[in-house]
This record gives sequence, C-alpha cells and structure tokens, in this order.
Amino acid sequence: MRRCCVLGVLVLTLFLSGAAEAQGAADPVNPGDTAFVLISAALVMFMTPGLALFYGGMVRSKNVMSTIMQSFILIGVVSVQWALWGYSLAFGPDKGGLIGGLEWIGLRGVGLDPNPDYAATVPHQAFMIYQAMFAVITPALITGAFAERIRFGGFLLFTVCWATLVYDVVAHWVWGTGGWLRQMGALDFAGGTVVHISSGVSALACAALIGRRRGYGHDQILPHNLTMTVLGAGILWFGWFGFNAGSALSSGRLATSAFVATNTAAAAAALAWMILDWLHKGKPTVLGAASGVVAGLVGITPAAGFVGPMSSIAVGAGASLVCYLAVEIKAKAGYDDSLDAFGIHGVGGTWGALATGLFASKLVNEAGNNGLFFGNPSQLGVQALGVLATAVYSFVVTFILFKIINPIAGMRVEPEDEVTGLDLTQHGERGYNEG
Amino acid sequence: MKKIEAFIRPTALDAVREALHETGIVGMSVSEIRGFGRQRGHREVYRGAEYRVDFVPKLKVEVVIPDVSVEDVVGAIIRGAKTGQIGDGKIFVSPVEEAIRIRTEETGDAAL
Repeated sequence: MRRCCVLGVLVLTLFLSGAAEAQGAADPVNPGDTAFVLISAALVMFMTPGLALFYGGMVRSKNVMSTIMQSFILIGVVSVQWALWGYSLAFGPDKGGLIGGLEWIGLRGVGLDPNPDYAATVPHQAFMIYQAMFAVITPALITGAFAERIRFGGFLLFTVCWATLVYDVVAHWVWGTGGWLRQMGALDFAGGTVVHISSGVSALACAALIGRRRGYGHDQILPHNLTMTVLGAGILWFGWFGFNAGSALSSGRLATSAFVATNTAAAAAALAWMILDWLHKGKPTVLGAASGVVAGLVGITPAAGFVGPMSSIAVGAGASLVCYLAVEIKAKAGYDDSLDAFGIHGVGGTWGALATGLFASKLVNEAGNNGLFFGNPSQLGVQALGVLATAVYSFVVTFILFKIINPIAGMRVEPEDEVTGLDLTQHGERGYNEG
Repeated sequence: MKKIEAFIRPTALDAVREALHETGIVGMSVSEIRGFGRQRGHREVYRGAEYRVDFVPKLKVEVVIPDVSVEDVVGAIIRGAKTGQIGDGKIFVSPVEEAIRIRTEETGDAAL
C-alpha cells in the first residue's frame, strides 16, 4: 500500500514537473538539479553515521556507544541549531565580510524559490538543507580528539557553541556572499577549509586541553572492532560523492568532474597509505588502507571541482603521505589526539587547500582559477592565507571556548568513570551484552 | 578421579575432541583463554602505533575421569594437539575428591 503511495507521488511529481515545462513558465527551479542536490544532502547526512562507525570501531568496547553517540546525536543537535540560527549566521546577509546577519533566523525568508547568490536552479531550502549536513558532520569530526574521556553534557554545550562561533563564522568567510575569503578568491570547492581545517585544528586544541587518556603510552589501548571502522570508511567514501560532486549544486559536467576526481583521489590515497605501511612497518594494514581513503577524501575536498583526474591522483597520494607522517609524529609528540582528527582532517585539509593552489586549472572549471602548476603562483598564496586564517581563528576560539566551558560543565569525566567506560557512566548502557 | 586440564592451540580443538571421543569420554568443557608460555606474543601495528601482544589466545579443555583412564586421555590429547612446534600447550593432571551428578545425586565414578 505504502509502495503504491510512493509510486503515486513520484508519478504525480513527474507529471507536474512536465506540466510546468509544457506551460513554458520560467520557473528557475531545475528538477534535475534539485533532485541531485537533495540526494546529495541525503548522502552527506549518511556520512555522519558512517563516521560514527569509523570512530566507534577504533575505541575500546567500553566506549563504543559513547563514541557513536557523539557523532550520531549531532544530526539532531546541529540540524536544530542550523534551522534556528546557524544557517542565518553562515549564509545570511553579509555583515562586513565576517558573518551573516540574523535576518534569516528560524529560516525566515528561506523559501522554495532559488537564491541566485548560492544556487540559481534549486529551491533555497534545498541549498539550506544540503549545507545543514556539512554543519552536522564538521563538529562530529572533532570528537575523534577527545574520544573515551569527555563528559557528555560538556560535549553538547561545547558543540553548540563551536558550531555557532567557529563553523558558522568560517563557513561565512569562505562561502557566504560577501565573505572575506570568498572575495579574495580563495578556492574551496566542498569545504576543505570550512570543514576539515576548522575541525582538525580545533581537535588539536581539544586534545591538548583535555589531556591524554588514562594509561596512554603505557597500557595497551587497542581498537575493539576494525571491521566496523572499515565499514564506516566505506560509508564515508560513498557519502563523499554527495559532499564533493553535490557541491557543484547542479547536475552536469562539473558534478561529474568532481565525482571522478573524488573517487580517483580516494583510491590513490588508499594505495599510497597501504604501500607506506608495507614499506615502513612490514605489513599492509587494513586500518591503514581505510585511513588512507579518508585522508585522500579530505585532501581532494577543496580541489574536487578544480582539478583533473591525473592531478587528483597526486592530491590523494600526497594526502596519504602527509597524514601518515603526521600520525607518526603524533606518537612522539605526546598529545593524545585519540582517533587522529587533527592528523587526518587538520593535516589532510591543509594539504588539500594548498594542493588546490598547485593543481587547480581553468580547463576543468572556468569559474575557478589556475594554480601554481598552471601558471598562477599567486593562487597558492591566497590558499595559504585561507588556511592560516581558518587555522588560527579555529584554534583560538576553540581554546577560549574550552577554557570557559570546562569550569562550568566539566569536560573530562572522573578517573573512575573513565576506567569503567563512558557507555555505562554517561549513557547507562553497554554496546555488547552477553546472551 | 582425576581432573585433566589441557591448554591447547585453538586450531587443535577438533582433533583433540575426536581423539578424546575415541577413548570413550562422554563430556568435556572448553573455555577460551589468553596466556603465554615459551611461545611469546607478537607485534601489532595500529596506524603506526606498535603494540607487543604477549597474551595469545588458547583454549582450555577440562575433563574429569576415573583414575584408570588417565594414560589414555593424556595420550589422546597429545595425539590431537601435538605439532612439535613451540606453543602446542601443556596438560595438567590433578586429583579430584568428589563428583556429584546433580540430577540423580550419584557420587564418585558413577557421576562422571
């Protein structure tokens, strides 16, 4: 019965859209583009549960539910924040290039007609909900830094503040109409700066401030289920097509080019990390291959719509190389970025932003620019400035936020609760029960 | 009565079970355990972080048998579990004072 209804709605939709065309009405909404953007939004939404599995497999079994929850619940928290004020701050009418105004608070005026400043052929709400999914996953990326030791209440408070004061602001700088980095010509196709550098650098600040896990460097802290992690990496890869190709905001040549660049970079990165593992540690680990995939996807994110397939191999393999080094150095540096949120997203995001300044080509995207290897060295400088501004701002605001929230909410759990595990002490349940 | 505790390789379980079956044993208990003896552990690498894993997975087989069967049973376990490589495991034999079948309250060899 339900299937019949769905079918009916589909047929009706097709009929109505056909009728609109037949009338020759100048409806700026393109059904193909709208379908693509909505499906892409769903794909990006699916990345957050994917990330939950990716991270959840890497922690000990006593913390699996808490780690999954820290990603999963953000679909709830940030979606609401986004509708209430987040979207307005990020994309609302510009205030001095620094932030969007409050005119669109509660999605007032964000309707079903396109907003040509952002996406001329899809309803404004389609663009809004697509962007919502980016806002959701970004703070979820940070959770890798403080996994297995953060108090849930403090985490929620921190995340709402972070989404508002870091994500919404940086998103405006880079993507908002009038945002200062956008005006300067910084290229960030799908959020290398906004999503990965902001979350990665904030993750570093969090890891340093919350301290290492008990027993870090002494006890064996092993991933409890890497099959889950690899499934998560697969879901992230799948969803990333929505993230990168969807950022074309239209269904056509540019989306196809971004799709190809994304897959090629991820594949090259998986191979690169596997080979590094093999040469350096003796065995090609599966966790390494999965980490490489994510590093490559992070690296290609800002470049996806500006580089050709051969360049994307270099961007992906390069991402694995720099992230591999970052993860190696972390072990010696002594801070406990538990699941390498900085090592993969901060470092990979920085590489991606700079690599965009190297490999971007107007032959791929007329609306973009040429990079250093295509005769325009100044683009690399603009990219570097974007990285620096985002990194410094994200680090400083995260640092201050943590310092303010910690005495109020207590970011770290009690030592005995950490030993027992966050699943029981924070959520009153366990991921695995006998029988 | 004697209790036989055999620490064996997980892969040897089927061979040991079959060999014990041939001796006429009608029941046994198996538990998954971890430990180390002369076979040391191994190295694991997770994203560049190396760990030495000393405890390797083993199985513990327990049977309680009449005194007269000890030689047969020990021989059967050896037949099933021996590869000749370090890590084959160990067998311990200890005396058991009493055995009681809960259902019938039989005691001694009759309860086995």
